[in-house]
Amino acid sequence: MSDPAITPALIKQHGLTPEEYERIQGILGREPNYTELGIFSVMWSEHCSYKNSRPLLKTFPTKSPKILVGAGEENAGIIDIGDGLAIAFKIESHNHPSAVEPFQGAATGVGGIIRDIFTMGARPVCSIDSLRFGELTSPEVRRLFSGVVAGIAHYGNCFGIPTVAGEVYFDKSYEGNPLVNAFCLGVLRHEQIARGAAKGIGNPVFYVGPATGRDGLAGAAFASQDLTEESAEQQRGAVQVGDPFMEKLVMEACLELLATDAVAGIQDMGAAGLTCSTCETAARAGTGIEIDLAKVPQRAPNMTPYEIMLSESQERMLIIVHKGREAEVKRIFDKWDLPWAEVGTVTDTGRMMVKNRGELVADIPAKKLADEAPIYQREAREPEYLKAVRAFTLAGVADTQDAAGNLKTLLGWPTIASKNWVYRQYDHMVRDGSVVCPGSDAAVIRIKADSLPQDGEGKSATVDKYIAMKVDCNAVYVYLDPYEGAKTVVAEAARNLACSGATPLGSTDNLNYGNPHNPEIFWQLRESVRGLAEACRAFNAPVTGGNVSLYNQNPNGPIDPTPTVAMVGLIDKLEHVTTQWFKDEGDAILLLGDVVDRNDPMLGLGGSAYLQRVHALKTGTPPRCDLDREKELHLALRSLIYSGVVKSAHDCSDGGLAVALAECCISQQIARETPRLLGAEIDLSAFTGVRLDALLFGETQSRVVISVSAVQAAKVLAQAKILGVPAAVLGKTGGTALNIKANEGTLSCDLRELHDLWWNAIARAMA
Amino acid sequence: MNFAVLQFPASNCDQDAVHVLRNVLGHSARLLWHKETSLGNADAVIVPGGFSYGDYLRTGAIARFSPVMQAVQAFAAKGGPVLGICNGFQILCEAGLLPGALIRNRSLQFRCEHVFVKAATANSPFTSQIPDGKVLRIPIAHGEGCYFADAETIARLKAQNQILWQYADAQGELTDVANPNGSVENIAGICNESRNVAGLMPHPERASEGLLGSADGRLIFESLIHALESKSVAKAA
Repeated sequence: MSDPAITPALIKQHGLTPEEYERIQGILGREPNYTELGIFSVMWSEHCSYKNSRPLLKTFPTKSPKILVGAGEENAGIIDIGDGLAIAFKIESHNHPSAVEPFQGAATGVGGIIRDIFTMGARPVCSIDSLRFGELTSPEVRRLFSGVVAGIAHYGNCFGIPTVAGEVYFDKSYEGNPLVNAFCLGVLRHEQIARGAAKGIGNPVFYVGPATGRDGLAGAAFASQDLTEESAEQQRGAVQVGDPFMEKLVMEACLELLATDAVAGIQDMGAAGLTCSTCETAARAGTGIEIDLAKVPQRAPNMTPYEIMLSESQERMLIIVHKGREAEVKRIFDKWDLPWAEVGTVTDTGRMMVKNRGELVADIPAKKLADEAPIYQREAREPEYLKAVRAFTLAGVADTQDAAGNLKTLLGWPTIASKNWVYRQYDHMVRDGSVVCPGSDAAVIRIKADSLPQDGEGKSATVDKYIAMKVDCNAVYVYLDPYEGAKTVVAEAARNLACSGATPLGSTDNLNYGNPHNPEIFWQLRESVRGLAEACRAFNAPVTGGNVSLYNQNPNGPIDPTPTVAMVGLIDKLEHVTTQWFKDEGDAILLLGDVVDRNDPMLGLGGSAYLQRVHALKTGTPPRCDLDREKELHLALRSLIYSGVVKSAHDCSDGGLAVALAECCISQQIARETPRLLGAEIDLSAFTGVRLDALLFGETQSRVVISVSAVQAAKVLAQAKILGVPAAVLGKTGGTALNIKANEGTLSCDLRELHDLWWNAIARAMA
Repeated sequence: MNFAVLQFPASNCDQDAVHVLRNVLGHSARLLWHKETSLGNADAVIVPGGFSYGDYLRTGAIARFSPVMQAVQAFAAKGGPVLGICNGFQILCEAGLLPGALIRNRSLQFRCEHVFVKAATANSPFTSQIPDGKVLRIPIAHGEGCYFADAETIARLKAQNQILWQYADAQGELTDVANPNGSVENIAGICNESRNVAGLMPHPERASEGLLGSADGRLIFESLIHALESKSVAKAA
């Protein structure tokens, strides 16, 4: 079978512009052949090159004294957590594959991010996921949702990694284009950091893991175009098939091999497979690499060089081994019954040279291919719809006449309701480290000796550490005000960490947007990156890496701009770990922060869950977050937690104060079918002159509900005053109902009913 | 005591079992690779949870052919204690060391959550230290944990007091709602006729430290350690 001729149509089909093609000709000094065209097309896709977003990404804060490996250097960033230990973490999207084949698309998303982590030499210890779908009233959305959740469960459970937290939003804008962002965190010692560099001229290059097939051909390029009926159908073959059993073995074998010091460089074959792993490792080391495709294990007969180079078959790794240590690779991979092959060598040519049965099929300068993709400054224009958003006022919105009914509506809305239908399908406790399981503000895991990769010297125990993490994004806020909305995304993630007792260490973000060629979309991207960067700076949570997923739109339009932020923090002592639910009868319930932001004309109702669900309005300027005040709140909260008085802490976000209080009453789950319900008597009559819906359901930022024993309440108020944070006693815990009294009305709900609505909402929608 | 914790390809609760036995309970525990043919100086064998061989064919169906399982068969035949947890329980059933089978949960979904289980008898090396009437709070995490056996086998299990643990509610009642997977008779775990081989779906190694929410699972390991120390089970080596 001969290669097709290079025509303008073929170039376009590969997602390359005429200008990009000229650039390729300039780099090569000649016409590319078919294989080379394929290689450039995947490496210069948005997914691999960030060609549309790189100038924006440069504005993120990426440095801190604790960062050992920074953003963009390697497959994942690494942060020092003290005592010679470090964590590696990253988030990555698998949106388009999940739209086409939800089970495998989501499963391989989990597999891919786990590989990014153990490639760094770290042992993966937990994952979290951020998911978005259309509304569950659509049968197609239910199919996608159940498929994605089952796919994540399949891969993570079998691999043996706990899925400890996440978020799930349901909004019409994601119909047909769900978002699946998977995060993984691993642990290692400082000296165990592995690098994805092809170092040492003459060192052999090994391929380990299962054979290469035709699955996942050019998935990176597929991810970098709009999703249409047609593209989805054509690209079904671009979705890979995951084998978590294989990945578990590959990981154990790689960590065992890394402990021998025989490895000079290691990289997974993720997006753009063999192509990306060879040219990136050579580019990082400033070397060249030569491989022979005839030596690559192949699953299908008669695969062409084009197919082998672009395949995204899963669970494969590229390992550069110090010359003379080849026997160790063989010994360890044979022990794990894994395929391996020596496929090439590191050279001094600076070129990526690919041979097939003696014939040279690709010859490209590695660094130019990996690092010199074109960079675009796209045109940006403020979206039209924002005029209407800013003009919207509460004048035409009548205050609530049925606060209890509204609360039930909100608690039963799948976006706010308990996600137990999701996380009970995930093993969230394997590895014996889940200190706070899904269902509180942030997950907390314990890191202990066996969280680390083995090492050659068999160093033993280490001090336990407690790591908190959370992924967040209120995309409606970002849609309604990209800059301010993005700030609140980061603030909410940081607030969730503070509620759990943690101090942020760093963050990783996944920028999910529509087509950047649309100036209005690019404006959303630019403005929200500005907000993210500013807020990450404010909370000392530098960005250590992440992923950009553009072209998230279907024929009905783009998704809401969704910059998902996963933030990771450290909790110094076990006794500082704090959960969101009320603990004891008779405790005082306090609010830290202002009950409502009176400077906000929307009183916190812009973009709120209340306006969306009760009034079917997705508009209004969303609540603003003052980063200085927010920081003061977190400092104060942590200081109160450290002093030992805080029994519970829960952030006020979607659904406002009433939803937050209800969750404090109903969210503790003792065991199957056994919730622990603890009521509350709340008196808000001190807060006068605020409409009832804004008081109960407004989403004013920088607020946290805490509970403390009654005798401590006065002390906590005094301490909050010293720390410069508004605080008020709202009431006390006790009984079996949530009762709220305010000047404008009252609310009284039986907790069993609230719990049933909240706990079972998604199961009912899926039944 | 010396524990051998078997390690099959894609065992994934192996390190957790070692952690609890070694660091929480202070005993010697080591991982034993499935290609080994000897159990060495082991006083007891733990077959841990996970997805041996990916569970692609049928849970535990391939693991039972691993070389180490021959050694386990011989060890069990001499009266050595063997405890299978989750996938380990499934492997022991496939290996014929325990009767019955574990089939797909009736929800058709994987379930990970805390459940309550009650020891049905104190008469076993795995339950002797569980106080009478105590309801244990221990997590499950499985997709195929629905215990099934024909009526004859169930009758025999009952007659010989081989049902060791049953799913219950907080008050210890064996209700249908408390049964997370549809197991016959709310069975969470059983033992063989000689009472030296047992398996259960819940994960006691995930409930052995207060910081993980429950330490009730320790009672199961402590029962086994007590039995070994008082020599009420054979030292098979």
